Amino acid sequence: MGTITLSKVTKSFGEVQVIPPLDLTIDDGEFVVFVGPSGCGKSTLLRLIAGLEDVTSGTVKIDGVDATTLPPAKRGLAMVFQSYALYPHMSVRKNIAFPLKMAGMEPAEAEKRIAGAAKVLNLTDYLDRKPGQLSGGQRQRVAIGRAIVREPSAFLFDEPLSNLDAALRVNMRLEISELHQTLKTTMVYVTHDQVEAMTMADKIVVLHAGVIEQVGSPLELYNNPRNKFVAGFIGSPKMNFIEGEIATKHNAATIGIRPEHISLSTKSGDWEGVVGVSEHLGSDTFFHVKTKAAGLLNVRASGEVSARHGHKVFLTPDTSKIHRFDKAGNAL
Amino acid sequence: MATQHSRSAARLMMAPAVILLLGWMLVPLTMTLYFSFKKYLPLRGDSLANGLEWVGFENYVRFVSSSSFWPSIQTTLIIVGGVLFITVILGILLAILLDQPMWGQGVVRILVIAPFFVMPTVSALVWKNIFMDPVNGLLAHLWKFFGAEPVQWLSQASLPSIIMIVSWQWLPFATLILLTAIQSLDSEQLEAAEMDGAPVLKRFWFIVLPHLSRAITIVILIQTIFLLSIFAEIFVTTAGAFGTKTLTYLIFQRVLESQNVGLGSAGGVYAIILANIVAIFLMRIVGKNLDA
Repeated sequence: MGTITLSKVTKSFGEVQVIPPLDLTIDDGEFVVFVGPSGCGKSTLLRLIAGLEDVTSGTVKIDGVDATTLPPAKRGLAMVFQSYALYPHMSVRKNIAFPLKMAGMEPAEAEKRIAGAAKVLNLTDYLDRKPGQLSGGQRQRVAIGRAIVREPSAFLFDEPLSNLDAALRVNMRLEISELHQTLKTTMVYVTHDQVEAMTMADKIVVLHAGVIEQVGSPLELYNNPRNKFVAGFIGSPKMNFIEGEIATKHNAATIGIRPEHISLSTKSGDWEGVVGVSEHLGSDTFFHVKTKAAGLLNVRASGEVSARHGHKVFLTPDTSKIHRFDKAGNAL
Repeated sequence: MATQHSRSAARLMMAPAVILLLGWMLVPLTMTLYFSFKKYLPLRGDSLANGLEWVGFENYVRFVSSSSFWPSIQTTLIIVGGVLFITVILGILLAILLDQPMWGQGVVRILVIAPFFVMPTVSALVWKNIFMDPVNGLLAHLWKFFGAEPVQWLSQASLPSIIMIVSWQWLPFATLILLTAIQSLDSEQLEAAEMDGAPVLKRFWFIVLPHLSRAITIVILIQTIFLLSIFAEIFVTTAGAFGTKTLTYLIFQRVLESQNVGLGSAGGVYAIILANIVAIFLMRIVGKNLDA
């Protein structure tokens, strides 16, 4: 079991209110990702759930029990830290055994659990090494191993992949997703990387300056962003925002159109423009096109399109995929 | 320092310093060894100009068979051990205390380091006259305030008094090194341990203390080297009386009070041997902490 309910939770550091009153429910077995730019309060929110920070007001309930004043150890949660926070003087086995030892578990039972965790995480051959002798990905797995042996009601991940290189990050992303499929335990995952959020989450919570901007499934956020911030944050490359005459034509202060919803042609189209930088990724090509009518636009085209720097091109937006926003930035 | 040429240039430029240091060590060592095999009593007319009489190992035998020898070794070890024990334990506690965020942290830290800047002679005199004086000392007043008989510190509890004075001097050093070590501990490790269900004392025992082990090793090694040779604190307080005669002090007495250079030199060689034995033991016990 692992439902987490936050109601009217606030957090202030001195005079500064980092998190204004906030309500959030995380259901049992869900993979929830907190995503937002740095400094948006997503890590603080996670630490409030973990109990490493005290809430200033409001209540945190875990499995329906008020855990607001419970110390971290009593909440039945396990956390994986950004720096992994392995104990450098202990072997992998002792690292993983530490929470069990603290709980006073029988050595035989503990050994069984460690072996189980090591098998799931491919760590069996490394149990007697020190963390200093492991690679980044292995250390990451040890940190996860230390979390899973406790069989917690929920896992908390604080930007666990940000110290890994790009290739490993993709691998670990898959491994964590698979782990979630196997364990079916609630996972709360903090990241600033919207790709991680989109690929892993059942439910994404977009945070901005401590406020929840929108909660929803990845595709919900992608298709129906509630406001300009979410629209701009979710999706890569970023959504194009156009103001002025074109927006007025659509009865909005601003309109947004994603790069993949603009078609590019060398012959004819709505907006005429000149190609600036083009990024060739093989499968896709991203063009930065300077248009007179709509300003600088990001456009995604297939890899075969061979427009070059300085070429004249024509752009046509898919009008059914246009997002309209009012002056305050809310979706219409 | 990659090429052959730059390596030899480096050797050349370091040579003067190395030769100077080597000479600085070798000349006194050779002279000590030389004198230790000679009869050298300046007050009886022996002098280098007249030539000294070779006596073989007689000085060595006399130094060890003196009734003050074994007690002096014991005193030395008690003082070194006592001071190490006190400074390491209190140093860890103080370092943890100073690591807590508090108002006026910078000033407090400087105050804590202050005793280290006081010269040993001065601090020993301050302790002797201001604190431990049985008539006018602050401690005597404190004892009288509670209606107790003032302790005659330096005569009745001479060894503990000296350990106290020396500990006071060396505590800042231990605190400083341990404080920097504590500050380098990753706070996420402590938080992880907290999540893992370790209460404060277990966090200290399983996370903080192992993290400090290397710093503790350094404190013990460096302090031992200096504590084996403490002299001023004994000279100005008890002058070697009341069982406070260390090996260093015994050698001083043999050379300067008895004016027997040969005998003192033999003692000096024993001191070198003792220091090396202690150093080897320490390296064995704690030195492995310095690997990895």
